[in-house]
Amino acid sequence: MTKSDVTRRGVLKTGAVAGAGVALPTIFTASSAAAYTNEPTGGSVTLGFNVPQTGPYAEEGNDELLAQQLAVEHLNGEGDGGCLNTFTSKALKGNGILGKKVEFVTGDTQTKSDAARASAKSMIEKDGAIMINGGSSSGVAVAVQGLCQEAGVIFMAGLTHANDTTGKDKKANGFRHFFNAYMSGAALAPVLAAEMGKERRAYHLTADYNWGWTQEESIVASTEAMGWETVNTVKTPLASTDFSSYIAPVLNSGADVLVLNHYGGNMVNSLTNAIQFGLLDKVVNNKDFKIVVPLYSELMAAGAGENIKGVLGSMNWNWQLQDEGTKAFVKSFGEKYGKPPSNSAQTCYAQVLLYADACERAGTFNPCGVVEALEGFEFDGLGNGPTLYRADDHQCFKDVLVVRGALNPTNAYDTLEIVEKTPVEQVTYAPDHPMFAGGDLGKCNPGA
Amino acid sequence: MFGLDKKDTSLLIVVALLTLLAPFILNPFPTDSGLAQFNAGYPDLMQRFIIFGIFAVGFNILFGLTGYLSFGHAAFLGVGSYSAVWMFKLLSYNILPAIALAVVVAGLFSLLIGYVSLRRSGIYFSILTLAFAQMSFALAYSVLSNPKFNLTNGETGLQVYNDDPQILQGANAPDLPHLFGLSMRSTYTMEVGPWAFDFNAGYYVCAVIMMIAFYLAIRIFRSPFGMMLRAVKSNQQRMNYTGLNTRPYTLAAFVISGMYAGLAGGLMAAMDPLAGAERMQWTASGEVVLMTILGGTGTLIGPVLGAGFIKYFENIFSKINDSVLHGWFAFLPDGLEDAVVTIIHPFVGKGWHLTLGILFMLVVIFLPGGLVEGGQRLAKWIRNRGKTEDKTSGKTEPAE
Repeated sequence: MTKSDVTRRGVLKTGAVAGAGVALPTIFTASSAAAYTNEPTGGSVTLGFNVPQTGPYAEEGNDELLAQQLAVEHLNGEGDGGCLNTFTSKALKGNGILGKKVEFVTGDTQTKSDAARASAKSMIEKDGAIMINGGSSSGVAVAVQGLCQEAGVIFMAGLTHANDTTGKDKKANGFRHFFNAYMSGAALAPVLAAEMGKERRAYHLTADYNWGWTQEESIVASTEAMGWETVNTVKTPLASTDFSSYIAPVLNSGADVLVLNHYGGNMVNSLTNAIQFGLLDKVVNNKDFKIVVPLYSELMAAGAGENIKGVLGSMNWNWQLQDEGTKAFVKSFGEKYGKPPSNSAQTCYAQVLLYADACERAGTFNPCGVVEALEGFEFDGLGNGPTLYRADDHQCFKDVLVVRGALNPTNAYDTLEIVEKTPVEQVTYAPDHPMFAGGDLGKCNPGA
Repeated sequence: MFGLDKKDTSLLIVVALLTLLAPFILNPFPTDSGLAQFNAGYPDLMQRFIIFGIFAVGFNILFGLTGYLSFGHAAFLGVGSYSAVWMFKLLSYNILPAIALAVVVAGLFSLLIGYVSLRRSGIYFSILTLAFAQMSFALAYSVLSNPKFNLTNGETGLQVYNDDPQILQGANAPDLPHLFGLSMRSTYTMEVGPWAFDFNAGYYVCAVIMMIAFYLAIRIFRSPFGMMLRAVKSNQQRMNYTGLNTRPYTLAAFVISGMYAGLAGGLMAAMDPLAGAERMQWTASGEVVLMTILGGTGTLIGPVLGAGFIKYFENIFSKINDSVLHGWFAFLPDGLEDAVVTIIHPFVGKGWHLTLGILFMLVVIFLPGGLVEGGQRLAKWIRNRGKTEDKTSGKTEPAE
């Protein structure tokens, strides 16, 4: 045994050295027989799930991971099939993608652009991932989208709400199923007008980074368009945990609405501070003081607890919707994990199915074929109602939910109630809208 | 050779061989085997080994020689990255001007910070550098990325867009960082039986630059200047009493190590054209301190080993998830399999920090000289094996 080991090593060493010698002149030329990056050759195809597993959005990331695992099961024909049964496109048969068994690798983005890119690169270079899915921050989404464009794989963005992802940073190899800040503004404004009147004075607290700014810009624009006045917009550092010093000036500013352009832990803390200051009990300009949180998530709602009662916001999807796609997804997710899925989980689940379906319809894993199949694709049955993947900017267009913190929650998951389903026409914008201008989709890149 | 003595020459040759053959050394397991999980020989990680090796070697010139513990070195790395990406945006994707500017800008920046911080020593110096680095991070993250004056592009990270000027970018030049047409992404994969070895152009560019940086570090260590820096470490007060002004020496060491950091930052951007603000965060500064201590402070090869060690954990252990574990232990009976997976679970995947922390503690407690000391002890043990132990050590340590 030992002896043969030594011989094998010897043979290998010689072979390797000789091989290196022969290969040396050609080392610097990319020599790949494959038609595109990571063309699957065996009986399986590998998807890369890149989500935050540590850091501020770890909870969201883990929920996304669960949903993606569920999607892989459904694609491989295990479990109850979930949304495969309700999806309007019937290309998927439950035998993997194009007959190849679906496998996946996971990575940790740490909610940092650098770490996310390193993780995605290792999935592409080491594990041979053919698409990257997931994520929970716009900064990360934009960074990884750029990488996937360069490397020649498909990127499906996960939870990213900044306008830039499909605005100035849009890329041909990237798609976004999530809604964006502009849509939040457009959906919220009429509800706010109906609930709070058209003469309100708004005060914005905004997380001081890219997403915060685009959301503030969007909400300011859409509320001012219906008659509101913006008293002040204040940027808060992302790392803040105590917002008392930012809340105090709100009381003296003459504003009667506070808009919190915060997400995750930031939003939980700033909302809690605002409630502690008794803002909601105040009467300013003869109107009850109100708080608005434009971007909601179930996990934030759970974190803020009692404080979110009655606070308005918007969402991409909610498990309480009653369409067939939602019911099928919530049922299989609930049966497997014992809790309802969050809206980021639904986004990532839908994206995996959509990618798989696009491969089936294109008949290839070639990113260019997939891009073509997804551009302008219209479908239903994944939980968001009739949906369009617009070809101009790879943004997805569908109904947007306006939600409110539940006043009388019946159980731990019933934290939000749906106020209105804003129809897609109301949130649609032109591809060259000023908030999205400046980008260039470029051409699809198949790599190799 | 090159003005080095025999020992240093052989060290340089060993490092050269290790870096050149890294694609083989780091991919010891066949691609399809279960152990392929532990293969680290893919381009991105190999580049990271080298780049962080350069970073740590530079850090060690300051910390290892003068004993000044800078907690803000990541700022120079970040500044280097931003300068490099700006060169990509304005000039062309050729990496040479980008790396040159990265080194120069990081040098100037470290001159500024060093001039102020080096007025204090010990913990005050560390805190000052930390404060400057956090200031730079905050500037990059939000202040310098507002829509009116966007220098850093905030949390998204600075990227190259299709409508950037790129005035020197030729029509046929690759749309990716390249060295006179040689794309940093181009990889040749050699298949030997079940093994696959990746030879990546970017990696070899990094490797050549690291050899130069490593050679310079050896020369600095062995020069009278290096001796002066060691003197600063052992007793700065005594030097001052003899009428010698040490500050120019420490400042020079600070700037040199800042330039090394800038070089590493520039290379990072050259391998992957994006500069993120997180590169400047205090955790990144702390990481290079860990690398240096883990590998062996004040030794030449130590920081490189430490960098490799930490990056390996970050990239390989963090990817072992529960389904991989279940795959490994599938041969065990069901109940036992679950139990074993439950025990290992906290130490892999997202728990890789925990494993690294434990190893770091073990190294610091049992091998104060870092991995290098471990290697030396091992070598000594092998050499002395079979020989009768000579109990009376002839060496006597001079009293301080």
